[in-house]
Amino acid sequence: MNKRRIASGLQMLLSALVCILVGLVIGFLVLTVLSYTSLAAAGQPFTMGDVITQAYNSGFKQLLMGGFYLAPRAVRNEIALTAPLIMTGLSVGFAFKTGLFNIGAAGQYAVGAFGGLLFSLVFKLPWYLCLVGAALFGALWGAIPGIFKAYLNINEVITSIMFNWIGLYAVNTLTYMGGNSPMYNLKTTKTWPVAAVSPQSAIPDLGTTYFKKPATIAIFLAVAVALILYVVLNKTTFGYELKACGYSKTAAKYAGINEKRNIVLSMTISGALAGFGAGLYYLSGVAEWQPLVSTVLPGMGFDGISVALLASSNPLGIIFSALFISHISTGGGMMNAGMFPPEIADVISGVIIYLCAFMMLFRTALSKLFTRKKGKGGNE
Amino acid sequence: MLLLMKYTLLYSFVLMLVALGGMFSERSGIINIALEGIMVIGGLVGVLATNMMASASPAMVVLVSIAAAGAAGILYSLLLAFASINLKADQTIGGTALNILATAIAMVIAKRINGTQSPKLDYYNGPFIFDVGGLTLNVFIVLGAVLLIVAYVLLYKTRLGLRLRSCGEHPQAADSVGINVYKMRYTGVIFSGLLGGIGGFAYIAPAVQSWNFEIGVSGMGFLALAVMIFGQWKPFRIFFAALFFSLFRAMANIADSIPFLAQLHWPKEIYNMMPFIASMVVLALTSKKSRAPKAEGVPYDKGMR
Repeated sequence: MNKRRIASGLQMLLSALVCILVGLVIGFLVLTVLSYTSLAAAGQPFTMGDVITQAYNSGFKQLLMGGFYLAPRAVRNEIALTAPLIMTGLSVGFAFKTGLFNIGAAGQYAVGAFGGLLFSLVFKLPWYLCLVGAALFGALWGAIPGIFKAYLNINEVITSIMFNWIGLYAVNTLTYMGGNSPMYNLKTTKTWPVAAVSPQSAIPDLGTTYFKKPATIAIFLAVAVALILYVVLNKTTFGYELKACGYSKTAAKYAGINEKRNIVLSMTISGALAGFGAGLYYLSGVAEWQPLVSTVLPGMGFDGISVALLASSNPLGIIFSALFISHISTGGGMMNAGMFPPEIADVISGVIIYLCAFMMLFRTALSKLFTRKKGKGGNE
Repeated sequence: MLLLMKYTLLYSFVLMLVALGGMFSERSGIINIALEGIMVIGGLVGVLATNMMASASPAMVVLVSIAAAGAAGILYSLLLAFASINLKADQTIGGTALNILATAIAMVIAKRINGTQSPKLDYYNGPFIFDVGGLTLNVFIVLGAVLLIVAYVLLYKTRLGLRLRSCGEHPQAADSVGINVYKMRYTGVIFSGLLGGIGGFAYIAPAVQSWNFEIGVSGMGFLALAVMIFGQWKPFRIFFAALFFSLFRAMANIADSIPFLAQLHWPKEIYNMMPFIASMVVLALTSKKSRAPKAEGVPYDKGMR
């Protein structure tokens, strides 16, 4: 039993590495093409070697080095980015484990951000209570698609998508209120910085080289949540019941599990995780909310999908896949922007999700390979 | 009032085109959540084609750029078809990946063309719009009306349509009478790519002359999915559903110019929210009666009973 678990873990790791590798290769191809067009536009004679050297030196190197390209400042940014990414990854991954696709992490993240800002900028509560506030608001936004799914039988994917936009517009309206919102700073056209308005609401840092603002203790909190989630999913009856609903709703119902309640609970917890992540981000002071220009859903929510898929929804794996995604997106921001738009990092993570969609197929192929080596028939 | 009509018509044909695309795909058994991304790619390529053809005659600009948008949509949708038909991937995850990828690709290309950090592309939309008695219409309305009838005939009056529908209901049965399920599903997805690509361009071209690709198509592809469900996967119902939704969507554009709405001083965002709220209410009310194609979302496996 244990051996089998390790083998399947190895397969997941291998398939994740293949996805990453293919994603990076495609990323490099994109960089090469862009590098070629920019050299061609310059009108000077050049060789294919120049094209590749330029693609590597002013693009791919930064992508691979991530924050370490500009250490320690960019490393701190990378750490600050990883914390919320772990949380949105957990949010999506937890829902996957219970048979739901929470594409609404982006909206729950936005509403969670509002909760965190409300508790800090308006109520001026200590940071840990603000985090609870953020989680509560996220939980509310997750519960709605859960209720729609459990009691009205509407696919959670559609509902979550609709509530993403509703949540985003609502948060923009409430943080702005025609410029009258107490959270809104007219001068910077952003919300007020948390640390300036209410110092006790800002998440503390360690003050060391790598753990100085915006790299606060948020990342440790996120890792702790991942560990708790791992234990809950694998070692408790509650986690088992939730997973059972994910494997087969009807079988779970037959076994006496209240499957409707569990769907709502799963989505609520999933939303709380995303909201908590938003709290970690905004209370660490990584950035402020910009109600007038936030016309796009927070990318953090969608990156959470890549993070979760890459880790096969394993809470411990999510810690590492979140590190990877934040590594390449930090690196993406440091490429020569005139030549290589930072969205190339998004292209890579999009490719990775696309590959993950048929990772199962790949994994079956792998496991066949494993069993054949051992000389046994495939009995899985 | 003319303004309200202009925007309602504009959006309703966009939503209808894209929802019809979704209908073909889902009727063949493939959930196409990638419509949003297909719209972005179609819109991007359409705009690029318009700019490239700048010196050609207006009719040529219209023809070539719409064809380019549709072709781009088809090419992009093939990625979904390949993943979900040949590789039996999870259709929702594959579609989500394509949505994320589309915006990223559009941003990279737009920024690279500008050579700056701005993902905005400018273009001249003169060839696409014309006036009828003070009401501004566009070529996509004419095209949409034709395509609506074509879609109806294709789906209900031809052999292809019957075969396509059967693959979305019971692919095993279809296979047993010699219908190639894979081919039919590819056909469905390709139609959705064509209509989604044209729909994306129809959303971008007639309304403004500069598009910020950072916002993609701001959720229109997802709204089209709701329109499709509300329209019960049937062409003419989809048309009326699209009209209903776009009335809400149009309000956001013209709220300032209608005296009684302007007096409420509601922020624009409230109007932006409305079509999404309306779609949730409608879905909640119709969910019990809703009849989706039976086999949608299930990869077809020949060996399965």
